[in-house]
Formats: sequence, structure tokens, C-alpha cells
Amino acid sequence: MAVEKMSIAKALNESLRLALDTDPKVLIMGEDVGKLGGVFRITDGLQKDFGEGRVIDTPLAESGIVGTAIGMALRGYRPIVEIQFDGFVFPAYDQIVTQLAKMHARALGKIKLPVVVRIPYGGGIGAVEHHSESPEALFAHVAGLKVVSPSNASDAYWMMQQAVQSDDPIIFFEPKRRYWDKGEVDTESIPGPLHRATVARTGADLTLVAYGPMVKVCLEAAAAAQEEGKSVEVLDLRSMSPIDFDTIQTSVEKTGRLVVVHEAPVFYGSGAEIAARITERCFYHLEAPVLRVGGYHVPYPPARLEDEYLPGLDRVLDAVDRSLAY
Amino acid sequence: MTVESTAARRPRRSSKRTSAAKTPQSSEPPLVQLLTPEGERVEHPDYGIDLTADEIRGLYRDMVLTRRFDAEATALQRQGELGLWASLLGQEAAQIGSGRALRDDDYVFPTYREHGVAWCRGVDPTNLLGMFRGVNHGGWDPNTNNFHLYTIVIGSQTLHATGYAMGVAKDGADSAVIAYFGDGASSQGDVAEAFTFSAVYNAPVVFFCQNNQWAISEPTERQTRVPLYQRAQGYGFPGVRVDGNDVLACLAVTKSALERARRGEGPTLVEAFTYRMGAHTTSDDPTKYRADEERAAWEAKDPILRLRTYLEREKIADEAFFTALDEESETLGKRVREAVRAMPDPDPMSLFEHGYADGSSLVDEERAQFAAYQASFADSAEEGN
Repeated sequence: MAVEKMSIAKALNESLRLALDTDPKVLIMGEDVGKLGGVFRITDGLQKDFGEGRVIDTPLAESGIVGTAIGMALRGYRPIVEIQFDGFVFPAYDQIVTQLAKMHARALGKIKLPVVVRIPYGGGIGAVEHHSESPEALFAHVAGLKVVSPSNASDAYWMMQQAVQSDDPIIFFEPKRRYWDKGEVDTESIPGPLHRATVARTGADLTLVAYGPMVKVCLEAAAAAQEEGKSVEVLDLRSMSPIDFDTIQTSVEKTGRLVVVHEAPVFYGSGAEIAARITERCFYHLEAPVLRVGGYHVPYPPARLEDEYLPGLDRVLDAVDRSLAY
Repeated sequence: MTVESTAARRPRRSSKRTSAAKTPQSSEPPLVQLLTPEGERVEHPDYGIDLTADEIRGLYRDMVLTRRFDAEATALQRQGELGLWASLLGQEAAQIGSGRALRDDDYVFPTYREHGVAWCRGVDPTNLLGMFRGVNHGGWDPNTNNFHLYTIVIGSQTLHATGYAMGVAKDGADSAVIAYFGDGASSQGDVAEAFTFSAVYNAPVVFFCQNNQWAISEPTERQTRVPLYQRAQGYGFPGVRVDGNDVLACLAVTKSALERARRGEGPTLVEAFTYRMGAHTTSDDPTKYRADEERAAWEAKDPILRLRTYLEREKIADEAFFTALDEESETLGKRVREAVRAMPDPDPMSLFEHGYADGSSLVDEERAQFAAYQASFADSAEEGN
């Protein structure tokens, strides 16, 4: 057993190192990923060890980064692309949606696009505009892409391994405010499949579904609810496309209540999709309507307002109480 | 005869405007030409070409067959067999010249109008028609002929070509990559980014811009204030304008650019100065935005006619050659016609086939729902019986 305690940032770094070491076709591309190791240091030391030909500092042009990564993939490489911040992905959105997502189908399956697009996402770090967004639904809505987000160090390590091995393009959302949270990583034992949800805490009265940075908030909410005698189950969705509805269904058939939590705006968010599908699947088990807690339908606010915007412990508990009141 | 004396120059604009800022180009710059519109062979100091009679006849045959295929596709659209067609009429020399400059191991990233280049790569013309008939979005295997799928969104493929070329260099291979695009695409950010990336990584890619003067209804003047080939200078690589209706010059210039890429000297921008003789697509109506006289002027520079004049004058081809080619053209037209009419609609269940390489539980669920829905009609039909 090689169990080690490390931060999410370190787990990602170790996982990328392993990917570079295992497969000579794996490349890392992005702005400042080389000498600097990325603005969050996720690729720290990798260029030094694997060279400028494997860890490639790119011009400052996101569409160019993803577009050339597509070309590299067509040549047989497996590029891992870093987008510096969530709000900077949109110059590359065209290449991701129009080309990366669709090229495999366009070729009737004759070519593959094994590209991982890493995006540090979410708020809570007191940043300026465009540095705190959660655009996962904009990618999950696009057929041809798969969208995942780890919430802890072990998942960060293993989900990155699985993403790199995937022959489909993967949008890999990293919860930037949790980068320095530590957890145990067993580097010898592969957990479940990439797109399966996990039960982060078992409970009997209500199911909370979250992913990425909100899993921690939901676990804290469940602990607080426990003190009031409420037994809350927390699911870590891990994959926003495809979604493991079976695991959610199993939980909701047990608890009868579901609250979905994400930082992204509630309107058209992944919570809406989960609510619709679970209502269909669990209609006779539900004791209350599926509730959602998330961002508001406003542009991401200035840092001094983000605590009001982001779902926190109290807003999650409020939704838990409202659900249980039915 | 020198190139300078024979290069096709547009007359000076007879504009009364005096402000230089309002007249972006007072005259067209010189272009590389090896065969004049009158079919005269001329020399150029930088670009020579030495072809056998067989090879020259081959270029003529390529252009004629490509034009015949193109005409057949336009006709098939008019007959309702194709939903749309993007004709290459007038651009045969640019495409055959550049296409025949390529080696088998080179890689092509086309737009949706590169039917002549596809021909040179050995892609069966009928394969190009699936997407225009609506039975697929392309579907050929790009790696069979090193000819990527047609790209519809303008300019995107220049980045794919650049990335592919970066991979070629990384592999230590000496093949080159060519990206096709047009004057309209030159305004796209992706093309600018492709220029930047290819330059800073010294990627072995040739940017082949067919300036056919029109981006649907917008003239090149709406895209640029400088001749397009001059854009390369700002990125730090050479640009050259070639007579896009001169198949010999297009071949020579492209070959030179490809060789430069192979030598590890980086990208080149080739601007093939040509003309879209037809509509943008079969849905377009050029009479709304351009004058007949303009087309007539370009007809005098037709790429096929000038080579025919040369072949006849130099007695490189005889009547038997032209007659046999006519017959081959008709055979091609018939084959394409029959293949398109026989092209089946895809199976409904194929909807779910190629969204993901590794599959998706979401697609599996929807496929099952769709299959059950389809099957429900079979049940009711049986009940009805």
C-alpha cells in the first residue's frame, strides 16, 4: 500500500507526472505551465523533468491552445491542456464545442480526440472578475464532451489518470479553492469508474448531491444537521456528463428527498437536469420536490459579495429544512 | 518575356478620392506566374518548374475531371439529390497545382470547397457528397489519404493543421502539412492564432489561402486593407502571391513552400489569387452583389483554357487526348450520378453510434428509449394486421 496524504494540487501534479512518465504521447500545453508550473503550480517541476517538448508553454491564445491540441491529437498525441481560469475558456469555446466535441462523430468514429482540458473553476478566493466562474453546464450540454470534477485528493489523482486514458475529450474542472485541502491518496488502488458517483456520507432522511468545491460544504452541512438529529446522505457526483443517475436514484429511493448544490447559477444548471430526471425516476418515492441551491442569475459578483452569492453551510441547511418540512 | 511584363495587373482604381487612407491599395502587387492567361509559358527568377509532357497533361486532366465532377454535383443539387453544393468552379488551378505539389506523407486540412485537392489525394469524389446529401458529416477516414474532413466553420482547421505540424516536427518526420482557407477566413482570429503558433514553434505548415475575391457577398476589400500575403511578414514568415489560375505557378510555389517546411524553416503563406466563378454555394445568388463584367474579365483568365492553349500550341497533347478525356469526364459524371442516387439514408439507430469513442451511459439510456419508441410502431402495426 502506498497511501500518502497530499493536497489536491499535489495529487494532480503527481498524477500528471505519472501520465507523462507512462505514455510518451502525453503532452501538457498551456500558458505558463512550464518554468512557472502554472499560476496554481499544478504543473510545477514537470517541464524541468520532462522537457520543453512535453510540457509546452504556449502563446497567450486559448483558441490556439485547444485548436493546436486537436491537431496534436490527430497526429497521435494525447494533449492535456490547461486553461488558466474558468472565465478564460471562452475564447476556446468555439474550438471545444465546434471541433473537439464533434470531430469523432464527423469522422463516423474513425478518429479519436483524446484531449483533456483542465479548468480551475469556482469562487471563494476573493478574485477579480472572470476568475471565479462555474461554467460546467455550458460544456455538459454539449454532446461529444465528458465533464468531470474531483472534490478530494484521491479523486484528483485517479480521475486525472482516467481522464488521460479516455479516448474521448474530457473537460476536467478543478475546484481551485480546494487545491490546498489535503486527503489520503492510495496510488496503488484504482477506485471506481470515472463517471460513477460516490456516497461521501451515508444518511437516511435526505440526499444532498454536490460536486467539486461544494462537496465539502455539503459534508459540513450534513454534520451540522446530524447535531439536530437529521440524517443526511451526501453524494459526490464527480461526473457532470454523463451523470450517474442510478446512484442518485438508489439514494433518493431510500431518503425520499433530494437537494442539489452547486456554485453555478441554478437556472439551467446541472441541478435542473438532475431534478427532472430524478423526478421522473423516483416520482412515487419523493416526499418533497427536488430543491436546488446555487448561484443566482447574475454575473459573478465582486469578491466582497461572493459570500452572499455562493452556497454556504447556512443556505444548504435552509434547503434541507425546507425539504424536510414537506 | 519577364514576369513583370506579363503579370496580370489590375488597372489603377479610377477613384477620385485623394486621401491615401481611403484607398487601401492603389494597384495589385505582382504575382508569381509561369503561364499567362494567353497560355504563354514564362519564367520566374525564384520559381522554376520542370515537368514532363505526361505530367503537364496530368495536370490538365485533373483540372478537367475536377470541373466535370463539380458540374455534376451542382446538377445533382438542382435535381434534389444533394441538399447543397459548394462549387470550386474557377479555382481548379489553385487546388490541382497545390494538391499535386504534395507528397503522400504530407497532410491536408481542407475547407469544404477543396474538391480538387481531394481528387489529388485519391479521395473518391463520391465520398465528398455524403455530407452535401445529408447522410453524414464527412465520414471518410482522414488517415487513409492524409486528407482531413471538410471543415465548415471558417478558419478552425488552420489551428488543427498547425498542431498537426507541431506533432510532425516532434516526431522528427520530414513531411509537411497544408492548411487551406480563403480570403474571408483571413479575418478569423483562429487564422491569426495559427500564424502565431506556427511561427513561434517553427511548425512545418503551409497556409494556402485561395483568395477568390468573395466571401459570399463580401469582397476582399471588406476583409483586409493590405494584400493578404503581406500579413505573413508581421508574423515573421514569408508570404507570396501566386496567380491562382496558373496551375504551373501554383504547383511551383506550393512545392517550394512545402520544401521549406520540410527543411525545418517553418511556415509560409501562399496567397493564390483566383476567382470564384460560381456562387458561394447553390443557395447563393451572386447577381445581387457583383457585376457580370467582373466575371467576364476573370473568364478570360480561366485556368483550364490557358493550359489547353499551351498544350495545343506546344503540341503536348493531340486531339485524341482531348477526345479521350471528354469520354473519361462523362464516365466520371455518370459514376458520380449513379453513386449519389444509390446512396442510402442512414439507419435511424446510427444516430447513437459515434457520439463517444468510449461510450456514454447517457447515450445508452437514450438509445434504449429511442429503440423502444421505434419498436412501439412495429407492435401497433402488428396489432393493426
